[in-house]
Amino acid sequence: MKKKPNPVVNITDLKLYYGNNLALNGINLDISEKMITAFIGPSGCGKSTLIRCLNRMNDLIEGVRIEGSIKIAGKDIYDPSVNVTELRKRVGMVFQKPNPFPKTIYENVVYGPRVLGVKKKNALDDICEKALIKAALWNEVKDRLHFSALELSGGQQQRVCIARAIAMEPEIVLLDEPCSALDPIATAKIEDMLVELKKDYTVVIVTHNMQQAARVSDYTGFFMMGELVEYDDTTELFTKPKKQRTEDYITGRFG
Amino acid sequence: MKKFFKSGDPYVWLTASSLTICLLMVCGLITLIMIKGLGIFWPHTIVHFHLKDGTTVLGEVSKKEPIPYEKDGYRTKLKIGNRDIYGLDFRWIDDDKIVSLEYPADAVAIERREWGNMYGFLQGIIGKNGRIEAIQQDGAKGFINENKKLFKKIRQLEKKEIGGINYQMEKKRIIVKQLQSLPPSDIVQKKMNGVKMKIDALEKMYHEKETLLSNLYQKAREKEFIIRLAGGEEKILPVFQVVRMYTPNSMHVFAKTGFYLTKFWEFIADEPREANTEGGIFPAIFGTVMMVFIMSIAVVPLGVLTAVYLKEYAGDNFISRIVRISVNNLAGVPSIVFGVFGLGFFIYLIGGTIDNVFFKSSLPSPTFGTGGILWASLTLALLTVPVVVVSTEEGLSSVPGSIREGSYALGATKFETLWRVVLPQAAPGILTGTILAMARAAGEVAPLMITGVVKLAPSLPIDHHFPFLHLERKFMHLGFHIYDVGFQSPNVEAAIPMVYTTTLALLFSVLVLNITAIIVRNKLRKKYRMSSV
Repeated sequence: MKKKPNPVVNITDLKLYYGNNLALNGINLDISEKMITAFIGPSGCGKSTLIRCLNRMNDLIEGVRIEGSIKIAGKDIYDPSVNVTELRKRVGMVFQKPNPFPKTIYENVVYGPRVLGVKKKNALDDICEKALIKAALWNEVKDRLHFSALELSGGQQQRVCIARAIAMEPEIVLLDEPCSALDPIATAKIEDMLVELKKDYTVVIVTHNMQQAARVSDYTGFFMMGELVEYDDTTELFTKPKKQRTEDYITGRFG
Repeated sequence: MKKFFKSGDPYVWLTASSLTICLLMVCGLITLIMIKGLGIFWPHTIVHFHLKDGTTVLGEVSKKEPIPYEKDGYRTKLKIGNRDIYGLDFRWIDDDKIVSLEYPADAVAIERREWGNMYGFLQGIIGKNGRIEAIQQDGAKGFINENKKLFKKIRQLEKKEIGGINYQMEKKRIIVKQLQSLPPSDIVQKKMNGVKMKIDALEKMYHEKETLLSNLYQKAREKEFIIRLAGGEEKILPVFQVVRMYTPNSMHVFAKTGFYLTKFWEFIADEPREANTEGGIFPAIFGTVMMVFIMSIAVVPLGVLTAVYLKEYAGDNFISRIVRISVNNLAGVPSIVFGVFGLGFFIYLIGGTIDNVFFKSSLPSPTFGTGGILWASLTLALLTVPVVVVSTEEGLSSVPGSIREGSYALGATKFETLWRVVLPQAAPGILTGTILAMARAAGEVAPLMITGVVKLAPSLPIDHHFPFLHLERKFMHLGFHIYDVGFQSPNVEAAIPMVYTTTLALLFSVLVLNITAIIVRNKLRKKYRMSSV
């Protein structure tokens, strides 16, 4: 497999078992800094499982066993000395369904900084504004920061969740099918925002939607049955796939 | 027919009719209590019967019914009052023995501080020098009001001032006892002298107050009413004995309504008189509400913490399942068992230990080693803890996993997630549990009877003596009050209306407590309502 420039995440021989089921089978993959990397593939192919390995969200599921290594900035994140909550502060995550806390927009965004112990109101206001600007939500909600986040539309809620992740100033932002519950207009807004985000963050996105991967990502990995079938430059992968299975999938012959 | 059953309609009818039956029973119960309970404050007309044997009877009609075991004829139950003279408050009069009846406009009903009501005719008043003067209703009222002020003064003197001196003296006596147990030395002697001087001063004050009090009593006894009873005999009644005097037969509707409201207010805000059968129930309402509050303060943290551990930390294994089943079963244990446990554990073990350590000098009379509002509340807290645990667990499970994940993904630990996201969202569930617990606790009587409820508490658990909150004190409770008034009082017949009214008050207190909690819960629900997406 071709080396990617400036890899910040190195995954080598990653195997993941749910009990006795092998969910990921020997994944080798590098993720480049300040690029958007997309994972595509049919349902149950392991792409979500892989992205959840990157901030160890799989730890919360019982019976998960992992072999191989994932290094972020050269350090193995499954090393016993790694503090999981510290790791999650560096690797932010946005989920499939918008899951804002039942609090105000403001409280949602500053949740992470508050957990980190930021108490000064000025600092929190500042963080909130910056994160909402980056999440392209500031103009829509600046007048109602202290309204419940649950009163927003789905797309806005998802951007609140993105702002919430960004407010932690993470190195990497993971997005697990962030648009699957949204309509096309909301999706377009989030995609525009992702391209903006690339300037500051390394972004990894899992998506069902191949057009989305083609539109926003720099690199794309195609997964099937727990294996990484092909991983390449996005244009390359979509125009000249090297594997038959990839071609079948992107041309819609199955999946 | 077969089609009819297949259509499903019969099941709708079946379910609807069982709902109707339930509703009817509840409504019937509440209506009965309302009618019986709210009627008693209304001034009833006084009837004057002339009987065939030449005697006359005066009283309020309280019931009319067919004579049992006889073919025809009715009889009337008359409240004749004057228990000190007739021995009984009620008398049955068969209709065929009545010659005539009238409603004399000048017949008075008198509520007395002792011996229940008196019915008769106001004849006059005996003044200071023994002269008898004729008197009208209005004039009598003036005397009664004057005496009421006097009575208030006497109560103030007895309860607040003399009570306060007694309280101080008791404390000083305990200090003396403590000092006596120390090895004698100059310092001890000095202190002892100081305390003794204070006791002497208090005693002097006590005597002063006592003289004042006996003077007041003297003044109170000066004037006496002369009341002519139905039979014509005259009876002397000290004005001081009269709580209120009224002529129901000449009162119009507005006067009666005013009278009703005054009586109603007295019922809610006053202390009971006459072995609880007259007067108000304020101490019982106060005791019930305070007990429920103390219970809530104890049970909510305990239940919530238990549920959080069981749900969030313990995991799903054999032991946690056993614990969960046991907690649920605990809710079915008869309450008297909890009462016995409370007596043995809280009162004898913990209370006894507290007495031995902190209140040694006042032994052998116990301070915490006897029933009291704290122990009763804690016993009830134990009784209701399963309710809170179960509903908190339900509240916790209702918080979606995605919200927790969102918090974990932001680097929050499990505790931070619980504290900042999960618990606030489970708050409505927790409050539902609290509401259920409060309702259960307010209605419970059996365990209270052995952990601190009394039929008449001399003082409320909150007063003006330091430290203001006296958790070791015995208290009164509406549920027990119902039992006591209805079944334990010397004058059960006269107390029946009181039972209904007290029941109404208990239901109403529970209702108010619940509505408050429900309003709080709904506010929280609105605040933490689930995402609609």
